[in-house]
Amino acid sequence: MTTLSDPPRESFRLSMLLNDTRYRSYTFQFIALLCVIALFSFLGYNLVKNLQAAGLNISYKFLGETSNYDINQTLIDYSSQSTHWRAAVVGVLNTLLVAFLACVTATIIGVVAGVLRLSKNWLISKLMAVYVEAFRNVPVLIWIIIIFTVMTAVLPQPRDFRGENATASMWFDAVAFTNRGVYIPKPVLESGGMAVVIVFLLSIVGVFAYRRYATKLLYATGKMLPTGWPTLAILFVPALLTYFVLGKPISLEMPVLAGFNFKGGINILGSLIALWFALAIYTGAFIAENVRAGIQAVSRGQTEAAASLGLRPGRIMNLVILPQALRVIIPPLISNYLNITKNSSLAIAVGYMDITGTLGGITLNQTGRAIEAILLLMAFYLAISLAISFIMNIYNSKMKLKER
Amino acid sequence: MSDTHQHSIRFVRESMLPEQEPPATERGVIKWMRENMFSNIPNGILTLIALYAVYAILSGLLPWLLNGIWDAPSIRACREILDGQTGGCFAVLTERWNQLLFGFKYPNHLYWRPTVAFVLLFVAIAPVLFYNTFPRQMLIFTALYPFVAYWLIWGGSILVPIFALVGFGVGYIVYSKYVAQSFAMGFFGGIAGALVTWWLTGMIPVEGVLAMEAVPSRDMGGFMLNLILGTVCVSLSIPFGIALALGRQSDMPFIKWICVVFIEFIRGVPLITLLFVASVVLAYFLPPGTNFDLILRVIIMITMFASAYIAEVIRGGLAALPKGQYEAADSLGLDYAQSMRLIILPQALKISIPGIVNVAVGLFKDTTLVSVISMFDLVGMIRGPILASTEWNGVYWELLGFASFLFFITCYGISQYSQWLERQLNTDHR
Repeated sequence: MTTLSDPPRESFRLSMLLNDTRYRSYTFQFIALLCVIALFSFLGYNLVKNLQAAGLNISYKFLGETSNYDINQTLIDYSSQSTHWRAAVVGVLNTLLVAFLACVTATIIGVVAGVLRLSKNWLISKLMAVYVEAFRNVPVLIWIIIIFTVMTAVLPQPRDFRGENATASMWFDAVAFTNRGVYIPKPVLESGGMAVVIVFLLSIVGVFAYRRYATKLLYATGKMLPTGWPTLAILFVPALLTYFVLGKPISLEMPVLAGFNFKGGINILGSLIALWFALAIYTGAFIAENVRAGIQAVSRGQTEAAASLGLRPGRIMNLVILPQALRVIIPPLISNYLNITKNSSLAIAVGYMDITGTLGGITLNQTGRAIEAILLLMAFYLAISLAISFIMNIYNSKMKLKER
Repeated sequence: MSDTHQHSIRFVRESMLPEQEPPATERGVIKWMRENMFSNIPNGILTLIALYAVYAILSGLLPWLLNGIWDAPSIRACREILDGQTGGCFAVLTERWNQLLFGFKYPNHLYWRPTVAFVLLFVAIAPVLFYNTFPRQMLIFTALYPFVAYWLIWGGSILVPIFALVGFGVGYIVYSKYVAQSFAMGFFGGIAGALVTWWLTGMIPVEGVLAMEAVPSRDMGGFMLNLILGTVCVSLSIPFGIALALGRQSDMPFIKWICVVFIEFIRGVPLITLLFVASVVLAYFLPPGTNFDLILRVIIMITMFASAYIAEVIRGGLAALPKGQYEAADSLGLDYAQSMRLIILPQALKISIPGIVNVAVGLFKDTTLVSVISMFDLVGMIRGPILASTEWNGVYWELLGFASFLFFITCYGISQYSQWLERQLNTDHR
């Protein structure tokens, strides 16, 4: 059966490929496919010819060879005798380390600055506006270089800490800011130290369980349990008890001046700190704007309705404004995290050995395997960003307004 | 007055009292400060802390700025003049001014050319930015500007930009001839016409015809390089971004798939890796013997990068339009190209302006990354030749502060403009 709107059945003519909307899209797609194939075969043909002319081939064997270079900051064991693959893994871990640190710091800075920018205090809100504009409008590379310069050119040399009239001194005899990096105490786990750590982790779980129970009790019976001091108690009392019962199994190894440099403790390189703080304050300015927009997106009626129910300002913020604002804040927040991870590749400008510095820097220069190294580098960043956008999609679909 | 109360009340005031001034704490500066800075104790403490912070920053910064030395041949001479006092060594800016702006290889006697191009840039973008105040005829100059600017900055024979312009002209004529039949025919015909013209004119020898002294691309540097990369890549990436966004919204699965893969790939990798591709890998993929200069390769990569981001912004604008607009265009009998050109894109682009400006500002800031692949832009100049020179080794703050200042005024200006434009375009009645 045919309806009236059906076009008359004609026999197929060649001109219909261009003029008939039913077939035209196939023509276009076919042409596009041909163009893509032509482009790729052109590039591939050139690649093969160029590689032949240079006497090269595509192979990932170099990853198994000895790297022959040192990395000054590593999270896992690494020496110049390790393979290029190991160097790349060190780089990946360093990237993730600086990205994680910067994400946490940027969130704190951003939330504080965003909330303060909405403050009724004129001076504070103006100061925060200045912070946001100043940091958003200057390239992050310049911020990285500025902080790196502070870390290397302004901070005292280790030898300034020496002698009777030292020009520099350590903070609390524990933290030393030098131009070779910051030295902080290092926790040393002796026998039984692990137990304290485990107890502390368990207390964190306990805090969540307690809070959950309190909410449940509140909803079921209307009784309100205090959450402030029990949280602190659960968090610290068991861990401290185990610590003293087991005879102080965790000690701190202090950095001490030995020879021309500090020994002991953890050395955080200036390049890591420069990258960390530059990314944090730069992205913090963006996050502050997101937070401000999120809070302003909650209509004033919500605040007034909550106030008319008799809620106090703190509770209005916690129970009414924030849950609604978070829906607006979190998606751009996650894309800011993604930006931090991608911008951490600027490490190469200050010599911090992240994946761009190891695989895309020294390994590439030593082996001359440019295509392979850069493909691998891109694959790594692509994997991270796809993973993050996957998480974001899950979050978005979970937080979508349930509309009837 | 009546005397009703005469017996019950001793005194009734019959005239208004003159208005009194409000109490001192309820007016003027004091009231404002009390309400906006010291409304309660925590606020007061915050204000005091903030005041102290401002004082600490200004007391460090102002002497450094005001006491600065603007005329000295080297950092040692500068420190001698300062003689232990606080003060900036801004002499580096005056002494290396040209290097900071033009790079260290651009011929000294040709500095006037990029300067003229820079001034003309404002003439060219004025009718685009402030389309209500300037006459529309100025847009003709805007269309000519890229060719003028190319000739001014790179030099060489004037025939090169003229032939390029002729190609565009031929393309436009072919396009307007066929567009009445179908947009696709006009569009592809126009491209074919332009390509044929360029191919034909490419065979005409142009060496030395009406030529200015040519400057090779590798001699570009300083803030000029940032400006070139920023303006060229942003203006090129907008049409590409529109095409990608439309492709991603398209009903044709293959085209949509290509656009999605391209956009997600570019957005997933950092710009640095793309710049690495430009500097070390791209040469492998070009025919043997071709010698693309680095600046052109970088422009290609940054344009690809920016178009992916702009495509996502425009896609947001397309998605934000009510579905009724698409249906209305269809019901008028407009075909795809017409409905996009006349109904959808004008509205979608208007919504996307703030996003596009954000991308443009971000991109302009990202042009500093080219210093990583050893191009001497502003940051590259500062870190390379200037700080490494014996005269100015150690003048960090003056140089980095200057670079921040240049970028700040440019980016802040652009974002202020975009906010102004948003208010201008806000034609819905609220």
